[in-house]
Amino acid sequence: MQFLSYLISGISLGSVYALIALGYTMVYGIAKMLNFAHGDIIMIGSYVIFFAFGSFGLNPILSVVLSMVVCTILGVTIERVAYRPLREAPSLAVLITAIGVSYLLQQVAQLLWSANPKSFQSIVAGVGLQPLVLFDGQLTISAEAIVTILACIVIMVALTAFVNHTVPGHAMLAVSEDRGAAQLMGVNVNGTIALTFAIGSALAAVAGALLCSSYPTLSPTTGAMPGIKAFVAAVFGGIGSIPGAFLGGVLLGVIENLSKAYISTQLSDAIVFLVLIVVLVVKPTGLLGKKVNVKV
Amino acid sequence: MPLSRLKHMKKTTRSNLITFAIVIGFYLVVQILSGAGLTSRSFEGQLVPICAYVMLAISLNLTVGFLGELSLGHAGFMSVGAFSGVLLWTMLGDSLPAYVALPLAFLAGGLVAGIFGVIVGVPVLRLSGDYLAIVTLAFGEIIKNIINALYLGVDENGLHFSMTDATSLGMEPDGTMLINGAMGITGIQKASNFTIGIVLIILTLFVILNMINSRTGRAVMAIRDNEIAAQSVGINLTRYKLTAFVVSAVFAGFAGVLYGLNYSSLVASRFDYNTSIQILVFVVLGGIGSIRGSIIAAALLTVLPEMLRGLQDYRMLIYAIVLIVVMIFNQSPQIVAWRKRVVERFKSRGKKQKEVA
Amino acid sequence: MALLEVSNLGIAFGGLQAVSQLDMTIEKGHLYGLIGPNGAGKTTVFNMLTGVYRPTEGNIVLDGKDITGKSPEAISKAGIARTFQNIRLFNEMSVLDNVKVGMHNQVTYGMWTGILRLPAYREKEHEMNRRARNLLKIFDLDEQADLKASQLPYGKQRKLEIARALATNPKLLLLDEPAAGMNPNETEELMQTVRSVRDQFGIAILLIEHDMNFVMGICEEITVLDYGRMIARGDGKAIRNNPKVIAAYLGGD
Repeated sequence: MQFLSYLISGISLGSVYALIALGYTMVYGIAKMLNFAHGDIIMIGSYVIFFAFGSFGLNPILSVVLSMVVCTILGVTIERVAYRPLREAPSLAVLITAIGVSYLLQQVAQLLWSANPKSFQSIVAGVGLQPLVLFDGQLTISAEAIVTILACIVIMVALTAFVNHTVPGHAMLAVSEDRGAAQLMGVNVNGTIALTFAIGSALAAVAGALLCSSYPTLSPTTGAMPGIKAFVAAVFGGIGSIPGAFLGGVLLGVIENLSKAYISTQLSDAIVFLVLIVVLVVKPTGLLGKKVNVKV
Repeated sequence: MPLSRLKHMKKTTRSNLITFAIVIGFYLVVQILSGAGLTSRSFEGQLVPICAYVMLAISLNLTVGFLGELSLGHAGFMSVGAFSGVLLWTMLGDSLPAYVALPLAFLAGGLVAGIFGVIVGVPVLRLSGDYLAIVTLAFGEIIKNIINALYLGVDENGLHFSMTDATSLGMEPDGTMLINGAMGITGIQKASNFTIGIVLIILTLFVILNMINSRTGRAVMAIRDNEIAAQSVGINLTRYKLTAFVVSAVFAGFAGVLYGLNYSSLVASRFDYNTSIQILVFVVLGGIGSIRGSIIAAALLTVLPEMLRGLQDYRMLIYAIVLIVVMIFNQSPQIVAWRKRVVERFKSRGKKQKEVA
Repeated sequence: MALLEVSNLGIAFGGLQAVSQLDMTIEKGHLYGLIGPNGAGKTTVFNMLTGVYRPTEGNIVLDGKDITGKSPEAISKAGIARTFQNIRLFNEMSVLDNVKVGMHNQVTYGMWTGILRLPAYREKEHEMNRRARNLLKIFDLDEQADLKASQLPYGKQRKLEIARALATNPKLLLLDEPAAGMNPNETEELMQTVRSVRDQFGIAILLIEHDMNFVMGICEEITVLDYGRMIARGDGKAIRNNPKVIAAYLGGD
């Protein structure tokens, strides 16, 4: 029973990673860049909910929607101002800029809201959902875990349908395959990349709401570690692949939770990162990724 | 006579000499000012960290500027260097004279960091670009986590080691803790000073500049510019990538020892991802591939926030903005083209004015 | 004994047979051409000869040594050098340093000799500089020795690539479309240079080129590839009149 409980909370944590990983994997697949600031958008989104729902008593669902709007605007703005000028620049330059943006968001948050952690009120509890008690009380599954896992599955299915069955979705696939060719075929590349950032950022807001509902402390660095781990998840599953992000996220969450429970709390992060290194060294394209060849 | 010789020297040799001169000049100026009592206590407290950061920036520039790969785990090498050097110093400091124990401590720090450079480099250097960056970050975090969970003590039965907590070391009551988990090493006999720092910077410069301007350095830069072409002229990619990476790690290790021996306690969380980024900011701001730029940026950015008290809170914010602005200004194709146009307009205007005159 | 013996060479990518059953013999001091329509597999042959691709069948023997499937690094040491269709210079390094990198395995000294500036360092660097400048002179690049490679005009970049390849002291030099993007005057000049390189260094040269005047003008033997197979071999005259070759180029069958 104990094991099952760890497993479920691992899947729940992994679902959050999966949602964040989606943002990474889509941006990486389409804009060919590692958006280091993605995790920090989660943090900003969580602060929006913290104030809207926690301080001003706005409806929890509306708070999440508000946070999605703010994150979308933020994500698109960052893309327009910081990343688009560097579209043709070497990847080193883009990566350093993204690190700069990540830092900027953290520092602005720290100046505005101080470095002291705030205690986040669960939006899931706010909606009035109760934990699920099974086996005569031997196993309790928190409402947060259930909502997180369900939300992740719904979003994953919806996103896959969007990419495969809509015109903007096809444009995304085209840009990720060959940006130049897509442009020649009349695809609006800048618009498609902006849309990708918009979707990724909106998902980040949802991920933030769920993450902070389960782990209720919020500080300017809240997004950094989950962000990096979600990138690990995206790489693990195979960068550019939506099912890969899901698989990678869930596996990573489970590995992290089980190693916390059975090996060492202090070393659980080290184990997660070790997984990344092993995956990249053994199979750099991840579990579901495809190989890219350099033409000589 | 030396001045006239300077004119006929090769451009790189001259440029390197100027770099050495700047370091020595800085040392002399500080010594004179402090002798005259013109330096503040807080500034003097910054001198050793400045030297450490200068070394870190130079060594990271070897990876970023000359090998062309972004490492986000430089603080990890600093950390293992600091811990092994300081550990050796606390163990030997009482039994050996300082002039023996101190060099040994530095050697240990550099050596262990170098060994970690090999351990990290062998798997990591098979990757490149974003993946390499994220994996070096991961390694930095792993190193931090492991040292944070590390307990080491010594009593009459010898060394005791544990990865869980202090009590599981099972030491005799009179034993001493050497490394106490997240509390790190405490009660360190401070041994670093500005002169040692400057000597180490000069050593760093000597090794790295000479390496860059040699067959080894050219092979490293050739790999940076075009891996396929480098292989086609018979360069062993793994060997030279690893060489650059390990040399970079060794000097980060030296810098770690210098830094660690400047304080009475040492904790692993001091060498986290943020520290790696801070070093990267020095490299980027000083100019990727410019060793002299790294030195100046590291020194100025360490001193400035300290001198302008109000700036302290905004330091990291300013770093962030600097990173973004410098990158866009230097790397955006459109902005680079625009800058060229502006410069040319000024030039042609200057020419016209001359012609008129 | 021939300098290079290629027998039954072939490679498949997944299910696609890119090159098959290629035989080729190259003698010291001769000039060879490899032509064929786009996609015929010419560059793939170069990539197999230089170790970029590992052949799935056949053998490559250089000077009596089997080099099939060896790494590019090992093949460079064995004595094959090349240029690339899409120029691959060390763009941020000086023109002189590009050539000195080419001498990586010719004039050698250890890392510590370089760091400690031991006497051998000065000696070897001096020798490298001398040899590199001589090579640059042949290609009329000596005045640009201190420029960055990326600052050179296109035609000169192509020449620098050849100079760098020669710096590895090869027995066989492979040139992948050396005249691409050059005007007729530059092409004419390049023909002279290639011929004089062969005469001066006494090496064998195998080149891919679409400019037929170039190929016919300097190659003593031409191999024609189509769909990864050899369809003709002979001197310029024989190739020009071969009906299979004409058909391949005109797209008929």
